[in-house]
Amino acid sequence: MFVPYLLDGWIVATLVALASGFAGFFVVLRRESFAAHALPMAAFPGAAAAVLFGVAQIYGLVAAALLGVGLLLWLKRGQRNDAATALALVALLALGALFLSLSGRYADAVYALLFGQVFAVGPGDIAPAVALGVLVPLAVLAGFRPLLLSALAPELASVRGANCGWVDALFLLLLALAAALALPVTGALLVFSLMTGPAGAACVLLRSPKAALALSVGLALALIWSALALSYATGWPAGFFTGALAAVLYLAARMWRRARRARPSPGWA
Amino acid sequence: MFEGFWTSQVVWNALLIGGAAAVLSGCIGVFTVLRGQSFAGHALADVSSAGGALSLLLGINPMLGFFGLGLLGALGLSGRRQGDGDLAAGILLGAGLGLTALLLHFAISLRNSTGAAAVVMFGSLFSAPPGAGALALGSALAGVVLLGVIHRPLLLSSLDAGLAAVRGVNIRLVAGVFLVLLALAVTLSAMAVGAILSTALLIGPAAAALRLTRRPGLACALAAGLGVFCAWGGVALAYASYGFTPGRVWPVSFFIVALVFCTYAAASLRRA
Amino acid sequence: MSMALEVSGLTVRLGGREVLRDVGFALAPGAFCGLIGANGSGKTTLLRTILGFETAAAGRVTRDGAVGYVPQKLELAPDMPVRARDLVALGLDGQRFGFSFPSARRRRVVAEMLEAVDLLGFADQRVGELSGGQLQRVLIAHALVSKPKLLLLDEPLANLDLRAAAEIVALLKRVAGQGVSVLISAHDMNPLLGAMHQLVYLANGRAASGRTEQVVRTEVLSELYGYHIDVIRVHGRILVVAGDGHVHAHDHEHVATIP
Repeated sequence: MFVPYLLDGWIVATLVALASGFAGFFVVLRRESFAAHALPMAAFPGAAAAVLFGVAQIYGLVAAALLGVGLLLWLKRGQRNDAATALALVALLALGALFLSLSGRYADAVYALLFGQVFAVGPGDIAPAVALGVLVPLAVLAGFRPLLLSALAPELASVRGANCGWVDALFLLLLALAAALALPVTGALLVFSLMTGPAGAACVLLRSPKAALALSVGLALALIWSALALSYATGWPAGFFTGALAAVLYLAARMWRRARRARPSPGWA
Repeated sequence: MFEGFWTSQVVWNALLIGGAAAVLSGCIGVFTVLRGQSFAGHALADVSSAGGALSLLLGINPMLGFFGLGLLGALGLSGRRQGDGDLAAGILLGAGLGLTALLLHFAISLRNSTGAAAVVMFGSLFSAPPGAGALALGSALAGVVLLGVIHRPLLLSSLDAGLAAVRGVNIRLVAGVFLVLLALAVTLSAMAVGAILSTALLIGPAAAALRLTRRPGLACALAAGLGVFCAWGGVALAYASYGFTPGRVWPVSFFIVALVFCTYAAASLRRA
Repeated sequence: MSMALEVSGLTVRLGGREVLRDVGFALAPGAFCGLIGANGSGKTTLLRTILGFETAAAGRVTRDGAVGYVPQKLELAPDMPVRARDLVALGLDGQRFGFSFPSARRRRVVAEMLEAVDLLGFADQRVGELSGGQLQRVLIAHALVSKPKLLLLDEPLANLDLRAAAEIVALLKRVAGQGVSVLISAHDMNPLLGAMHQLVYLANGRAASGRTEQVVRTEVLSELYGYHIDVIRVHGRILVVAGDGHVHAHDHEHVATIP
């Protein structure tokens, strides 16, 4: 399981979990489920174009995810129209399908990009993954207080002198980078699970924001390592374990909290 | 470019499925948009993708798989209150997509169908099983008739659930029947353009039609017409695309989704 | 003595509509001022303009020192991993980028602030699980922890029961007693009558302001509201109630007293 040619996969997966744990915490806190769902979709045609033109995937992913951020910010400015947004996302997916079919690697690339293919990671993917896997956590930590305060109430952050527009844009940017990094590993459809399952569970379990952030990252790491180990052991796809374990984590956390709430707790006085 | 278009069995099959999907999805889509249930349509599509994968694995007609899981999804949705927690819903859908990944993996490795993922998720009208056209047309007609039967109470309960209840409408029954119809529409759309693109046929023509008219009956007819235009146009363009890039057909789904997108954009422009 | 807040000739237009016209008033340090008006009369717009969130078409706002703000409605998910003490601590430096480290001093300042609003026992409670009155008090602590000279509150009593509202008013009276000017908006002035020194009344975009005892009089209020208003004294306290619409013979009296 830790043979050299798989080691790259483990390293990249670990970095993916780090970035997703940090970004996912604020996805849950800022209730940006939609963005976490939309940005991987927006990144998908970028990866497909990279396959078509023979460029390293990460560049196509990052470029398309950044375009996605621009699209989201533009949609946010006007009144959001659900139908238009949904159609734009579906059109991006269809564009990705076109690129893949023109590349001649339609069949296997569709599966890899939608559901992930962690052990296809090569040594050339390590450097950009390290860069993003370090940059996203550091940036989230540096922006921790404004991100937190504007999640609670944007006007409170504005009164204190924070520029909420910039904070929003920063968050979407970090989310896009994390999504671009995670997409080849978990697939476009399961980035959401990796980001929100562990973070959602952590937010349900702990009251302190810093402790919850730490737990979110820890659970994301545990999730992706378990998914990879199980995938290696069974030969089943890692995406299946990612989606299933994320749901199990979140539901278990909810049930635990409900059970605890049912008993009177002394800390409530 | 179009040599053999009208004589090809495959093309006729594709036109039948695409047309049937467009007609039912257009009509159901109008009510989906009116009821603000776009998310439900999207969720059902994600869930039904597992059914599509399962039917490839078992070697049965994909319509059965899509519809079976779509019904299960509809059952799950009807148990939920509206809008309680998109986070929880998203995470549960993720588990469903994980299941799709697993089933597709089995379909690919056990049955050697390398294109399984592409067929289920992005659709492949030209490789639909030969009998599927007639089945799609029959179920679309049945769906439209059923929609016609419940359209009055459905409309009333979409506009004002409280008022409908006072008038003696069984809101739960109406909502349940509608979810079944929605599952059927998603099934046909998934057959036509694939599970994750089915939202396009469901929402696009309907939203465009509602931009042009506010009368529900007219909107249904218009949405069905626009949908059929997009579906058939997509089939024709894909057929012609042999000539664009030698030896390689562009995906039908891409053309259909692109046409839907343009139709919606044009309809939005008109109002502005 | 310089004023904590001076507003003069303020005119604000939103979406082409004139929401405020030629509004002027001033708050001395330690003043407790009610901003009274019906829903939609422009109270929130006035507060937002003072905060600098809206730009005035004419007139000026002069503030002396920092300002604290308690927003109208905060919808917090019960699952949010943010405790009362975290929200108060964000009042110190919530806008700042960079890494922060826990410090004993910060902890002490936050604890003192929570004690000042009688919430020390709830410091580790999630903010999403606090009652309406408790949340208002945490928000007041959040606003006050950076030691502003002016505190603005947008309808803090709107969804509170009588007791919680009275406790908030008593707390704000203490705050004003320590030299912070308080400007509090409300559609009902009764809960504030025992505490406020002055009031600004907003109607149709125009403001009338003055000391409480000058404004809270039957003839003044009746004219402001365009409806007969009774000012009555019960158990040594003043209450404002709507009359039955008829012009009464005792309208010339300032206060009708019920023995």
